[in-house]
Amino acid sequence: MSGDDHRISIWFFIGALLAVYGVLITGAGVWNVYYPSGLPQALAHLHAAIWWGGLLMLLGAIYCYKYWPTRGKKP
Amino acid sequence: MTSPICLLAAASTHVLTMAPVDLVIVVLYFALVLGIGFYLKRFSTTGEDFFMAGREMTAWIAGLSFISANLGSLETMGYAAATYQYGILVGHAYWIAAIPAILFLALVMLPFYYICRTHSVPGYLKLRYGEEARALSAISFAVMTILMSGINMYSMAVIMKVILGWDIHFSIWVSSLTVALYVMAGGLRSAIFNEVLQFFLIWLGSLIVPVLGLIEAGGWNGMVERIARNFPGQDFTHMWRTTGAFADNPMGIHWTGIVLGWGLAISFGYWCTDFLIIQRVMAARDLRSAQLGTVIGGFFKMMVPLIVILPGLLGRAVLPFTLVSEPEALATGAHSYNEVLPLMMARYCGPGLLGLGVTALIAGFMSGMAGNVSAFATVWTYDIYRPLIRKSASDAHYVRMGRWCTMLGVFVSIATAYLVMHFSSIIVYAQVIFVIFVVPMFGTVLLGMLWKRTTPAAGFWGLLAGMIVSFLLFLWVKLEPSAVRYVAFSPQASDMADNIYRAMWTLVANVGVTVLVTLVTRPKPEKELVGLVYGLTEIPSHGHWPLLQRPGFWAAVVGVLFVILNIIFW
Repeated sequence: MSGDDHRISIWFFIGALLAVYGVLITGAGVWNVYYPSGLPQALAHLHAAIWWGGLLMLLGAIYCYKYWPTRGKKP
Repeated sequence: MTSPICLLAAASTHVLTMAPVDLVIVVLYFALVLGIGFYLKRFSTTGEDFFMAGREMTAWIAGLSFISANLGSLETMGYAAATYQYGILVGHAYWIAAIPAILFLALVMLPFYYICRTHSVPGYLKLRYGEEARALSAISFAVMTILMSGINMYSMAVIMKVILGWDIHFSIWVSSLTVALYVMAGGLRSAIFNEVLQFFLIWLGSLIVPVLGLIEAGGWNGMVERIARNFPGQDFTHMWRTTGAFADNPMGIHWTGIVLGWGLAISFGYWCTDFLIIQRVMAARDLRSAQLGTVIGGFFKMMVPLIVILPGLLGRAVLPFTLVSEPEALATGAHSYNEVLPLMMARYCGPGLLGLGVTALIAGFMSGMAGNVSAFATVWTYDIYRPLIRKSASDAHYVRMGRWCTMLGVFVSIATAYLVMHFSSIIVYAQVIFVIFVVPMFGTVLLGMLWKRTTPAAGFWGLLAGMIVSFLLFLWVKLEPSAVRYVAFSPQASDMADNIYRAMWTLVANVGVTVLVTLVTRPKPEKELVGLVYGLTEIPSHGHWPLLQRPGFWAAVVGVLFVILNIIFW
């Protein structure tokens, strides 16, 4: 294969998606604290969306940083 | 998992309701997988790029893709449902029926696949036995792949209808065309990269249910106590203890069937010879990466019960109502076993998390379908089109053929899905077809790799005999149901047990005929078997690598973990 020296790593794509998902899910979790959806949900007091979304954001940020395209890494 | 038709008929209202943020999460996923496919198109110009991903994948990418292609959402939902029904016994599908075979593939069989530089498993059979064995295996693989793909596509659409209320036609066309576009654009590289992405989504979208479930149930011990309290007198939490007699467990199976039928015939047939799976690790950049990738895949396969078996068990512990079989659900309006996973998602996942969970289900479906489509394109182009239809054409011609037959494969799968919609009994035969086509491959390939005396005629006739015996046994039980006592050793055997024992007999017939024909026919000269057979192939040593980078070391670690887990959950 030729011309792939500047290929973006798959790990970067994964990091970017997880980071965006993290923001969306954490945001939905915070919104749900102030404006509950009204649907019955077990363990709602644990606010799982906030900490799970936070975990996704953290993972996404680590992958984005480590595999940022200009760092020249590829799988 | 029982027929999706029953599931559809039982669905009066859908189980989950998605918020706008959930839809945004799903749409973003579709956009990214398509984006990755079109981004990678520029790197897939040669046959080696398109069909083998340039053979440059690292161990981690090959390994995660290897396991992701296996992790279909139907399997996830189906095994969670079966766990609710039969208990932790179903977990054998992930341990005894997977790990020994995966480690065997990594350490024993993969070197031969890799060293001979073949493009596919039928391609190996061509080199080892000749054109007849290749044609038989390639055509049966292509038929099975398309059929399975269509069945999965339709079943997935039904699931989306039941849990989300989505239109069946919409689900079929949108998801399958998305897969077709990204595989057509970037070939195997695109399929593999997206499978790695899907691996993350499947795990991160599914893991929240068991985490919250265990918190609610009070940990593992709390869950076991709740199950014992809710369902007294039944054992749902031991894997081997109830398998000493056929009547002691709801599956109607003996431990010998689990070990020989499930753990040997079905498992080794699937993991060691199903090209859909093996193609991923054959795309690794060197043999060591391919072997390490397989071991990595084995480790994650061993962990899958966390997101499949545990939610099924937790359903027994925390759901305030009892799930029932499909016919009973149809009659009473209650929820069926098949709904346990979406019910658990609905129980714990609010807006945002629900979108992630649904994306995990869709990702599971798409990874499985991409596996089917990319393997079909390779086998069609290299093992059917090139040898049987157009022998000498340019590499660019075969790449074009690969792209178009990717789309063609998807359209035939869609047509199969619509066929299944009208003839639902096809679904019941999916596992039967799998045993007929895949199990005999194992004996044929293994004997070909390890016994240089095995002859080309024996390879073909052994394969054919295994397929015929499997079909005849199925027909026997179908026409005379009481015959199950001979095939599966017990009149109480469930369909699952019948399938498992039939696989065992299929392998016996396959190996028996291969050995017998070998003894009366002429073997190939040894010089034609170099690089294909044990004793005539130089297997590279990994001895100069540090211990932590050797496949054998990590295979031993996974093997020890496998034994420990079986003892813990005995």
